Amino acid sequence: MSVTTISARSYAQHQPGWFARLLDNKLFLIVVCLTPAIGLLTVFLTYPLGLGVWLAFTDTTIGQRGIFVGFENFQYLLKDPLWWGAVFYSIFYTAVATFGKFALGFWLALLLNNHIPLKSLIRAIVLLPWIVPTVLSALAFWWIYDPQFSIISYLLVDVLGWRSTNIDFLGTPWPARFSLIAANIWRGIPFVAISLLAGLQTISPSLYEAAMLDGATAWQRFRYITFPMMMPILAIVMTFSIIFTFTDFQLVYAITRGGPVNSTHLLATLAFQRGIAGGELGEGAAIAVSMVPFLVFATLFSYFGLARRKWQQGEAND
Amino acid sequence: MTDTAVQQQASATSAPETMAWDSRARRMVMIYLPLSCFVLILLFPFYWMAVTSFKPNAELLNFKDHNPFWITSPTLAHIKHLLFNTAYPTWLKTTMFVAIGSTFLSLFASTLAAYAIERLRFRGSPYVGLGIYLAYLVPPSILFIPLATVIVQFGLFDSPMALILVYPTFLVPFCTWLLIGYFKSIPYELEECALVDGATRLQILRKITLPLAVPGLISAGIFSFTLSWNEFIYALAFIQSGANKTVPVAILTELVTGDVYQWGALMAGSLLGSLPVALFYSLFVDYYVSSLTGAVKE
Repeated sequence: MSVTTISARSYAQHQPGWFARLLDNKLFLIVVCLTPAIGLLTVFLTYPLGLGVWLAFTDTTIGQRGIFVGFENFQYLLKDPLWWGAVFYSIFYTAVATFGKFALGFWLALLLNNHIPLKSLIRAIVLLPWIVPTVLSALAFWWIYDPQFSIISYLLVDVLGWRSTNIDFLGTPWPARFSLIAANIWRGIPFVAISLLAGLQTISPSLYEAAMLDGATAWQRFRYITFPMMMPILAIVMTFSIIFTFTDFQLVYAITRGGPVNSTHLLATLAFQRGIAGGELGEGAAIAVSMVPFLVFATLFSYFGLARRKWQQGEAND
Repeated sequence: MTDTAVQQQASATSAPETMAWDSRARRMVMIYLPLSCFVLILLFPFYWMAVTSFKPNAELLNFKDHNPFWITSPTLAHIKHLLFNTAYPTWLKTTMFVAIGSTFLSLFASTLAAYAIERLRFRGSPYVGLGIYLAYLVPPSILFIPLATVIVQFGLFDSPMALILVYPTFLVPFCTWLLIGYFKSIPYELEECALVDGATRLQILRKITLPLAVPGLISAGIFSFTLSWNEFIYALAFIQSGANKTVPVAILTELVTGDVYQWGALMAGSLLGSLPVALFYSLFVDYYVSSLTGAVKE
């Protein structure tokens, strides 16, 4: 760095050196500037992505180079009830958690959009669940869901007296599934709320004033002004949210590791269990690759489904 | 769209309803009550984490004689155990090293890339920008298995260097996108003036563009630091030996032992592991929020 600046300075004062002249060549400079980013992304993202697809068609295991086996891995997966279970739970988890996150997050954004005291402090607090390492807050949830010493059971049984026995949060399939979804919603609300709040603040107040003059009720103002104006940003945030909920790994791995009786496996945790823990790299890669069609479909659905107005009516109509 | 809205508005009841909206009681029920519920629920796991990590074991597992929401005799035993009987300080150091290393690497790469895309405009530069952005949409869950074999090929398995090199795959797209936005907001005339005065391109970047983009660099840096501190799946898959693990992975794999979980130590570990990001975050909340929302708005 210092070498270049010294030679650059001498260029400004005296004669341009060959290095300084080279650095002023636009093409050279573009190549130099793009190399680190493109290089990193090619070696550690594009190449592994291709390699992953290749691995899915081989029988590679840890420590042994595999041979091409065609669609054998995928045929095996289609007959595997565990894979179907993971597909079901991944879709269920994404659907319910996304719905919960957006309903509650939108509500929270609307609340924060009012004039309230200590607004910036509350906004800062609200983001906390999102910035703290997921695994660490997942551990806190694991402790909250403890079969014997759960604080929720304590509240319901000993304080309120609504139940006579402790809730078995993580010991049976369906309660475990919903417990994980609740933890995911808890973690996802801040991101949705803060992103949507940014969108809400861009809506011009004059629209609401005009509607108020015309006598619109609060619900009508929400339905015919807020909601349509928020569509584009909702589409983007939801696409992101769906992609990262569907491929979630940390929460499930930290709290249940796919149990009880494999009922809470997501595709990502199943891929980890088979690929890294079990050593069957080829099969793990096949499970990971099998996420791609779902992701593409979910992305197209959420993006075009929500941004529909835009491509039906053209940009000018917004 | 607007026509139907107008018709409905005309038929709806008017003035008194909007006046009632501002009444104190209604504001209380419609805004403050739900808002405090939200804050309570969002904060409770942290409160529970903190309370647990300072409770002696006897109190921890006895809800009948002690009120679980409060600590009667606080203790530092769990934290002491963590700091002196486990490798916790080493894990903290490794995590810090990895987070800082990958943050600097991605800031370096993405500043140059964003500058090239936004300011050295060339044919196809928008497509390069879009390509980098699309990389952000590739989730780590799809990549970790082939990446593990790549890491082994490079001889980096079980080394923190592997994480420093891999984390930029999700940091660079985000930072580049954020910085492109910042560079856009800097008037192009400033650079033209410098060019006329005989400055080289690198001088312009170093003396004019970068100082003006400092808020953007800070946002990107904070964001990268938090994301690499929190990263889990790559650290779990690529690191084997206890000493090289990062905090999130180490707590889950090294501290969870046997059938009886030491909740006090686990929660103390989680609390300590969350503190650096939480502190860092509280110092730069505004930058953080602007980077989060800025990236979404683009």
